[in-house]
Amino acid sequence: MHSYRLTHLKELESESIHILREVAAQFERPVLLFSGGKDSIICFHLARKAFFPAKVPFPLMHVDTGHNFEETMTFRDDLVREHGVQLLVGSVQESIDTGRVREETGYYASRNILQTVTLLDTIEKYKVDCAIGGGRRDEEKARAKERVFSHRDEFGQWDPKNQRPELWNIYNGKKRPGEHFRAFPISNWTEMDVWQYILLEQIPIPSIYFSHEREVFDRDGVLYANSSFMRRKPEETPYAKSVRFRTIGDMTCTGAVDSPASTLEEIIAEVAASRVTERGSRQDDKRSEAAMEDRKKEGYF
Amino acid sequence: MSSTDGYLDMDLLRFTTAGSVDDGKSTLIGRLLYDAKQIFEDQMEAVARASAKRGSGELDLSLLADGLRAEREQGITIDVAYRYFATPRRKFIIADTPGHIQYTRNMVTGASTANLAIILVDARKGILEQTCRHTFIASLLGIPHIVFCINKMDLVNYDEAVFVQLQRDLESFSSRLEVQDIRFVPISALKGDNVVDRSTNMPWYEGPTLMYLLENIHIASDLNYIDRRFPVQFVIRPMTDEWHDFRGFAGRVAGGVFRKGDPVQVLPSGFQSTIKSIHIGEREAEECFAPQSAVITLQDEIDISRGDMLVGTNNLPQSAQDLDVMLCWFNERPLQPGGKYGIKHTSRDARCLVKEVKYKVDINTLRKAEGDNNIRMNDIGRVQLRTTVPLQFDSYSRNRYTGSVILIDEGTNETVAAGMIV
Repeated sequence: MHSYRLTHLKELESESIHILREVAAQFERPVLLFSGGKDSIICFHLARKAFFPAKVPFPLMHVDTGHNFEETMTFRDDLVREHGVQLLVGSVQESIDTGRVREETGYYASRNILQTVTLLDTIEKYKVDCAIGGGRRDEEKARAKERVFSHRDEFGQWDPKNQRPELWNIYNGKKRPGEHFRAFPISNWTEMDVWQYILLEQIPIPSIYFSHEREVFDRDGVLYANSSFMRRKPEETPYAKSVRFRTIGDMTCTGAVDSPASTLEEIIAEVAASRVTERGSRQDDKRSEAAMEDRKKEGYF
Repeated sequence: MSSTDGYLDMDLLRFTTAGSVDDGKSTLIGRLLYDAKQIFEDQMEAVARASAKRGSGELDLSLLADGLRAEREQGITIDVAYRYFATPRRKFIIADTPGHIQYTRNMVTGASTANLAIILVDARKGILEQTCRHTFIASLLGIPHIVFCINKMDLVNYDEAVFVQLQRDLESFSSRLEVQDIRFVPISALKGDNVVDRSTNMPWYEGPTLMYLLENIHIASDLNYIDRRFPVQFVIRPMTDEWHDFRGFAGRVAGGVFRKGDPVQVLPSGFQSTIKSIHIGEREAEECFAPQSAVITLQDEIDISRGDMLVGTNNLPQSAQDLDVMLCWFNERPLQPGGKYGIKHTSRDARCLVKEVKYKVDINTLRKAEGDNNIRMNDIGRVQLRTTVPLQFDSYSRNRYTGSVILIDEGTNETVAAGMIV
């Protein structure tokens, strides 16, 4: 008799598939939050496995800041077309135009925080009762405290000090009308797990994860892509450089890394040798020691 | 790509850490991550900034572990936090759980999925009420391996006699519990003795370091590969031309191995059939085993829905409406004898009535407090439940996944208790 053993990646995959099926079974109108970043791509890949040979039984939902990398949008549209899934879009621009939020101004203006309002409005608009996200507990210290099934009150707020205990693999998705859940199927994955899994499964990802030449400028030790969405200071002169992105967010808060890595193997070697975390280049986390916690309490991803 | 090959062949160890307030638990986790070189520069800088802000001269490694604002302000851990690290041998998931008495529910949460528990004991203070509680919970939740770390050895001059006495006390206490495997390691989380690197201050200790134990403890037989159990989560019906008649049952194997062609029984209906095909993701497979997620199709058309269970025909779970459970109570509102609650067991939802509180456990003496029916927050008691429909279950000691339930307050929807079926 051979030994029954799963590698850690296969065990994580199995756990995530179980979670995705629990979401489909316990909720009426779930969506998968899809940013075009690797974590949401992995979630979609896992969802396809979870329900095969049936189609993924929920739509994708993109909260669009309007400040996207073009490559990510192309990738999103191709994926939607190829797999015949429904895409729901919540637009931050629309939230600004209708006066729901006010655009930030100045050099550090970002739509990152504004997204929360758009996200909650879109959840309400489509009567979403569970939004599946690609958040991972290793990303950030407030996320380390997140449940897999995470309850949100009628204002979309997260109460970190009063979370439901979550035991074994039993998930309690019971809620009152107007409340919703966030579900995080890849909670237990690390950045390295994600990259290794992308390699193992040969999952397509947007081209900007790989090294390419791009106009960038330096600010506070971070390399930003030069774009019309960011106001440069006089001394911030753009120049061409070979870079790639380690995470993909809004263009105004995602820093590039100086990197020649152009294959998955090279990216993995780079991640393994890296001395800063993946969110080290995220301006949105640096606003304070508890930046993520504060945003999450309000209803952020 | 040898590094990639190695990574694809690692297994996963989930462990939980428990200790009393100020036992140095966060420091130990910080130390494990730091000495295993799993801390990044920006995290280190953040810790250095925060340490300086608090006026502590030394780098405060506990700040690596505490995530919420209130935790950092009060210097305590409030909620269970999950941490991740890997060595070339294993990937680890740490469920870091707080020590204060009012947050013990988080220890139970962390313990429910753990293969191993690290219980910290302050070498100066010895066995405290919370040490007993934590050890009892680890045993009650069926954690197969317990490692007692006798911490702060630097503060007792690395004295062997202190360690030996504590080991003796803990062994005597633990002998009254059901634990398969108990280990003892003298450490100083603050100074790093015997955490990752072998201590030069305790030459009298010849056992393994904590990290060596974590990397080498045998976990392959922690799951049940004998009793075949497959709770159905979701029915897959593609209704496409290609898969016109496909009707698959999706679930995660909770015990045993299922093979194509195996006879299976469907519970609670009792109908029998044969496994026609097994699918794991897009791949068709010959077999599936715990803890794999899979889709199973059967030869016969039988009405099966979420909450049903496929089981081996030669070895059935118990089926009953009356359950004896050990209950850990999590909520500020005490257990209501005679009260009704929602109950979740595998993929099944039902309701239950609390028929009787048999006894409460005095967790300090491990004695039964018979006649005490008041099960309050953080209490543990033996309770008889009556469910609205029969449940198909195994005893918790035989299978964690078919032997566990949670209770839900139907008014607030909160998870109010965890139950282990006796």
